[in-house]
Amino acid sequence: MSFLEVSAPDYLPLAQMRQLQLARLRALAARAYQNVQLYRTRMDERGLGPESLCDPSDLGRFPFTTKADLRDTYPFGLFASPMSEVVRLHASSGTTGKPIVVAYTREDLEVWTNVMVRAFAACGLTHGDVVQNAYGYGLFTGGLGAHYGAEALGATVIPISGGNTDRQIMVLRDFRVTAICCTPSYFIHLVERAGELGVSIRELPLRAGIFGAEPWTDSMRRHIQTEGGIQAFDIYGLSEIVGPGVAIECSCQDGLHIFEDHFYPEIVDPESGEPLPDGAEGELVLTTLSKQAMPMIRYRTRDITRLIAQPCGCGRTLRRMARISRRSDDMFIIRGVNVFPSQIEAALLEVEGTLPHYQIILTRLKGLDAMEVQVEVTPEFFSDKVGAMEGLQERLVDALDHTLGLRVSVRLVEPHTIQRSEGKAKRVIDRREP
Amino acid sequence: MKIHQLSLFLENSPGKAVEPCRLLARAGVNIRTLTLADTQQFGILRLIVSDWEKGRELLQQAGYVVNVTEVVAVEVEDRPAGLASLLETLEPSGVNIEYMYAFTFGREGRAILIFRFDRPDVAIEHLRAAGINVLPDVEL
Repeated sequence: MSFLEVSAPDYLPLAQMRQLQLARLRALAARAYQNVQLYRTRMDERGLGPESLCDPSDLGRFPFTTKADLRDTYPFGLFASPMSEVVRLHASSGTTGKPIVVAYTREDLEVWTNVMVRAFAACGLTHGDVVQNAYGYGLFTGGLGAHYGAEALGATVIPISGGNTDRQIMVLRDFRVTAICCTPSYFIHLVERAGELGVSIRELPLRAGIFGAEPWTDSMRRHIQTEGGIQAFDIYGLSEIVGPGVAIECSCQDGLHIFEDHFYPEIVDPESGEPLPDGAEGELVLTTLSKQAMPMIRYRTRDITRLIAQPCGCGRTLRRMARISRRSDDMFIIRGVNVFPSQIEAALLEVEGTLPHYQIILTRLKGLDAMEVQVEVTPEFFSDKVGAMEGLQERLVDALDHTLGLRVSVRLVEPHTIQRSEGKAKRVIDRREP
Repeated sequence: MKIHQLSLFLENSPGKAVEPCRLLARAGVNIRTLTLADTQQFGILRLIVSDWEKGRELLQQAGYVVNVTEVVAVEVEDRPAGLASLLETLEPSGVNIEYMYAFTFGREGRAILIFRFDRPDVAIEHLRAAGINVLPDVEL
């Protein structure tokens, strides 16, 4: 495999990496303290500052930042740069009706592109590759993140965005695409649909898939690799930190290398918040080492994984994280979109005024995620006119669409039909095959 | 002159309609007539029963969402144009029929029509003025 100069930090000796991390951590803490009220208050309360950092592990004394902090400071409260230096905004699902907003300076975008180039390079991509980018373009970070990375790598980028499966298949075949970026479940759908159209993906030049934005399993990987005749790589990222490009699998496909020169990982006990050693399973906490517009100090990702410090067969010295096994909150991902049950509650409340009993059923048909929200009919909203009930159903679908950015189906069900366990209903029933 | 009709929300699946009927039967509440409005996913069962208050209580206790709606029962001749002439009578009143259903059994050449009007009182007034028999609850 050819070695790209841009990938040099992937192979930095450990001592140097820790030195670099420490220097960047100090600068980050100083920047956050000077420019962001929330960080200043929290550091002052604990008597902490940039000088408290003598080793990267000292970061463990700093307070966490959570999604709730992003919600409470919506939209721009955590920005550390004046708007005149912010050149891009993206947004991601919040836990209620409002999204969370993330910002980038020009330098932030350069860092993002840098890690994406290194990510593609780790998957063996190079200039000359034709990359079909089927991540959604827009507020979602997936589309533009992958786009600029592939372009900077020197690959030919097809910015097709998400959806329109038949056209995706036509482009995949006619443009002689060699790599695709999308969610793993969407790729499975694509392969199935191609089969229906008489197109065998296995026989196309396509050789790599960079799949992310949702959790997947090794059995899904085996299925994808066999059915698609490609190598399937897991990419990890989240908008709060940068977007895709926080970590990537290499040719060894045994854990995801974290770009530690820009994102400092920790694993903590999800209950107590206590830091855990490498190898122990817990919640991933990330600190952005070089972010300007929106520094994140110890951001709780809610993703459960473990860090792998052993050397990797590919030669990279970057620590790896195991594939995400689950989450420590009730978030789930559907068609690449993060959804919190609390967002669904906000939408139902908006329509009905009080919260009805509801349940979320997730299924997967031909690789495509489907979500049904079952809502118990209440006396207040029951009408003997069919039109009125269909109108209620439609209003619920619309409200969910506004909140989630997804068309989901709503089914009205009889009262007391949703199971309650100890008085509290189980909100999400996930029937998707792993 | 208005009649109390019970409506229930039912999911559209096998066996759903029989449960409320069985419940009423056991308590000796007679179903005089009924209609089921259905969509792919759900149905609305509308019932006119011998004792609507008792019926409502039973159904609510069993966990159903029950609505009580005031409907109007009208008697017409069971012959061609019987319904058409009745509807013509109503036309000038401007009242809107939200839904209706009819039955002819056991009425000797007469048909009974059940209407839900947006303004039942105005409708009754017009029907009466045209000499149409609006039935009280007891006669049903």
